[in-house]
Amino acid sequence: MSKATTKNGTAQTKPQTIDEHIVEIVCDSGEGAQKAGTLFATISAKMGNGIWTVEIIPAEIKPPARSREGASGNRIRVGSKEMTNAGDEANLVVALNEQVLYGRLSQDAYGPETTILLESVWATDPDANIRDAYTAALADFSARGLNVIELPIHEACSELMTDPRLGKNIFVLGILCYIYQRDTALAKQEIANIFAKKGEKVISTNHALLDAGVEFAIKHIPFTYTIPNMDVTDDQVVMNGNVAVALGVMASGMDMVSMYPITPATSASHYLAGVFDQAGGFVHQAEDEIAAIGFALGASYAGKTACTITSGPGMALKTEFIGLAVMSEIPIVIVNVQRGGPSTGLPTKVEQGDLLNAMYAATGDAPKIIMAPATIEESFYSIITARQLAEAFRTPVIVLTDANLATGQTLYKRPVTKEDWLAPPIDQSDWHAGTPAYAWNEETGISPRPIPGQKGGEYVLTGLAHTPESHVAYNPQANQVGCDMRSRKIAALEQTFTPPKVHGDESGDLLIVGWGSTLGAIEEAVDRARAKGHKVSSVHLRYLSPMEVGLEEIFAKFKKVMTVEINYSDPMGSVAHPRPSQLAMMLRAHLMQEVDFWSIVPGQPLGPNQIVGVIEDKLGTTKPSKKKNEKAGAGK
Amino acid sequence: MFGLKQDWSLDVLPRYFTLDDYESSVPRWCAGCGDHGILTTVQRICRDKQLLPEKTVCVSGIGCSSRFPHYMSTYGFHGLHGRAFPVACGIKSRRPDLDVWVATGDGDCCSIGAGHWVHAVRYNMDMVAILFDNNVYALTKKQSSPTSQIGQSTNTHPKGAPLPPLNPSTTTLSITNCSFVAQTVDWNPVHMHETLKAAHEHKGFSFVRIFQRCPVFSEECFAEAQTDPDLVQLVEHDNGLQVSESGTRIYKNRRTHDPSDLVQAMAVSNQTDVLPIGLLYQNETMPIYNEYSSVGINSTPEDKINALNHQLDRFAI
Repeated sequence: MSKATTKNGTAQTKPQTIDEHIVEIVCDSGEGAQKAGTLFATISAKMGNGIWTVEIIPAEIKPPARSREGASGNRIRVGSKEMTNAGDEANLVVALNEQVLYGRLSQDAYGPETTILLESVWATDPDANIRDAYTAALADFSARGLNVIELPIHEACSELMTDPRLGKNIFVLGILCYIYQRDTALAKQEIANIFAKKGEKVISTNHALLDAGVEFAIKHIPFTYTIPNMDVTDDQVVMNGNVAVALGVMASGMDMVSMYPITPATSASHYLAGVFDQAGGFVHQAEDEIAAIGFALGASYAGKTACTITSGPGMALKTEFIGLAVMSEIPIVIVNVQRGGPSTGLPTKVEQGDLLNAMYAATGDAPKIIMAPATIEESFYSIITARQLAEAFRTPVIVLTDANLATGQTLYKRPVTKEDWLAPPIDQSDWHAGTPAYAWNEETGISPRPIPGQKGGEYVLTGLAHTPESHVAYNPQANQVGCDMRSRKIAALEQTFTPPKVHGDESGDLLIVGWGSTLGAIEEAVDRARAKGHKVSSVHLRYLSPMEVGLEEIFAKFKKVMTVEINYSDPMGSVAHPRPSQLAMMLRAHLMQEVDFWSIVPGQPLGPNQIVGVIEDKLGTTKPSKKKNEKAGAGK
Repeated sequence: MFGLKQDWSLDVLPRYFTLDDYESSVPRWCAGCGDHGILTTVQRICRDKQLLPEKTVCVSGIGCSSRFPHYMSTYGFHGLHGRAFPVACGIKSRRPDLDVWVATGDGDCCSIGAGHWVHAVRYNMDMVAILFDNNVYALTKKQSSPTSQIGQSTNTHPKGAPLPPLNPSTTTLSITNCSFVAQTVDWNPVHMHETLKAAHEHKGFSFVRIFQRCPVFSEECFAEAQTDPDLVQLVEHDNGLQVSESGTRIYKNRRTHDPSDLVQAMAVSNQTDVLPIGLLYQNETMPIYNEYSSVGINSTPEDKINALNHQLDRFAI
């Protein structure tokens, strides 16, 4: 039993004011924790708090009940300022059985600061094995220093539901509403919204469950918290990164997404499939990943620049078509919502392992534009830019997001929509007589593109080496010129860049370099490390091809430069020639200078404290060999 | 004669296209290759129908026959091996105004691109797919293809191909939502012309398998059928192809077949002792995917912005 065990009828204590809390609801798959978590996050956001939510997803649809691998639920980081990442160890966890907690403990989600509200029904389960497992787990949790409060949630819900399993989620929401002093009228409104399609009876049942949860918490929970509001006056929206990508597609004026189902990318297409017709758009579910990009390229060739949204294995299959798009200069937007690899890897988990795939996965020299949005907000805007770049530079643009952005939810300033974002109508005017299909500008490699329907522009696009007229050419000069021109486009885009901003001082002992979804965790870590007196800063790269500019000057002002990434590397010093992490490899080649690296592949987002540990190790302020982070870095 | 109508009146067309307007560079196919005849037949149909070159797109994969778009002066897309169909379908999906032709070979369509072939038939998008079936990989110099004859000697099976050939027409007929299957031979330009013309006029995905001579790598495959017309079976019906006497008179072996009869079409195309030529199956009532995929193509910027704002409202806090 826990240190904070309470008796029924505990008097209400004065709420403690906190800056932020990390709350988790974990249970078996199918118990509705996602819904409760989403509601809690939405209510908190509407009350003016910053939020970041993460889905805790098992890889299987219906894993066995009470299994460690089956942990399903939601983590909600809620605070009085903007939340940019999922944070470190949880503060408060509501768990509907003890086994799922093990799933999260193995992911280092909990620590001594964590209070766990645990469903106690298993203590009296008819199955002796279950009773024993529960008892053993309680002892173990106590030994680990976790603060566990047992709660008879099942029993309380039985008074309201014939099958209490179906109502526990909203009951738990009631408990959380009490603990965090949420507005129950607002909660009821959100419940009515989320169950709108299920009818009045379901809504009133869930309202009753919410009230019961609040009453129950008043009796059983000895603490309450208030989290002050953010001072935000702008209109805000809340969504996950996949929805942001999908809305970005709509905002870009692209009107076709061609896809094949793949985790964790599919939800972007799901969302679009439901709403795209309102914008005149259409989602094509192709017969396979290859056809998905082929179909999109067909549409793009015909003047309707299209988008395909996929993940690692899909990228592998699309490689030949990406090469064709580069060679024949067809604009297309390819979104890779990265997951763990190689092969089928970790379908539902986070990794930044496809940077080199995006960069180099093609035969021959296939330069293309690679962008990496670092936030959910950037996920939205990146697609608009990607479409414009694809058309202006007549090239594929790969947008790398990942499972962390895809399934995380946060608030951002509501975009003010602009018609300028939309693709222009297809040009069907007569083609300039005498202008070849690839009238390359020698300095920029850019050329205007004839669209079928343009009289006089008829040409045969080919994946073979070709002349400016798109005539097949095997002579040495033609191939050299074609390669030069395609490469020149990357150099031309680079000319338009300005150096990225350094987070923290512009000089110091250590510069952390990151890309993609790690922005929030890295910057928070840098802030914490700086608060401890460390001279550390960070810089985050949004463009990987062409590479951001000004890095030589930025790097030169720091004693050490180190990438922090979620992809594999041999820990530095572990073997004679450690294989660097992916960004480090690219930066070393690009800048021809030493760049250190730290990376791991746990399938989890990086936490700020974890990165603080890495920073301190690097600066030599802790003993490196004993640190958890270094062990993880060794991949053991 | 152009523009001249049956009542001897004359429409003066602002643009009139001759065969020259569809011809591009001199084809680099071998002398005696059946592809030459197929190309001129398609060019004649374009001319007869006065198809706008800028609104016509020829899509292909890789192989000898996939060089086809290079010899047309329309728009063309010479893409990847086996991947002509997804590209062609993508082109048609949001540009139903374009006239799309696909040139593919027995390796391109029935081997590396087999998956896309099945689905292209099922999508039933309004286009003509011409299968140049010469029973061999020719561009890569004589390897067995899925339609190589059993015992046919190739560089990959010098002692003879071990398996019976895949039949592209029965395969196509077996695919749900199939709407047009015809067969013809490249050495009968009259019959080939009527076949491709009917395919072009068909609303939906028209699959035309052309028995195509390769004089270099699989000459033996159709040699006998060229010299002995009895090895060709003319498939005819009032609802079938109406081919003039000059294209049919040499054929004594004839079979009446109603092209609306799918079961019988399988039986006709499944014959191995003769080459059946004619319309095997046609059904214009099947759903056409480009009618679904092109909904909304005329949306205005205002529609799009309104839809976006409406969606953002859903996520507003």
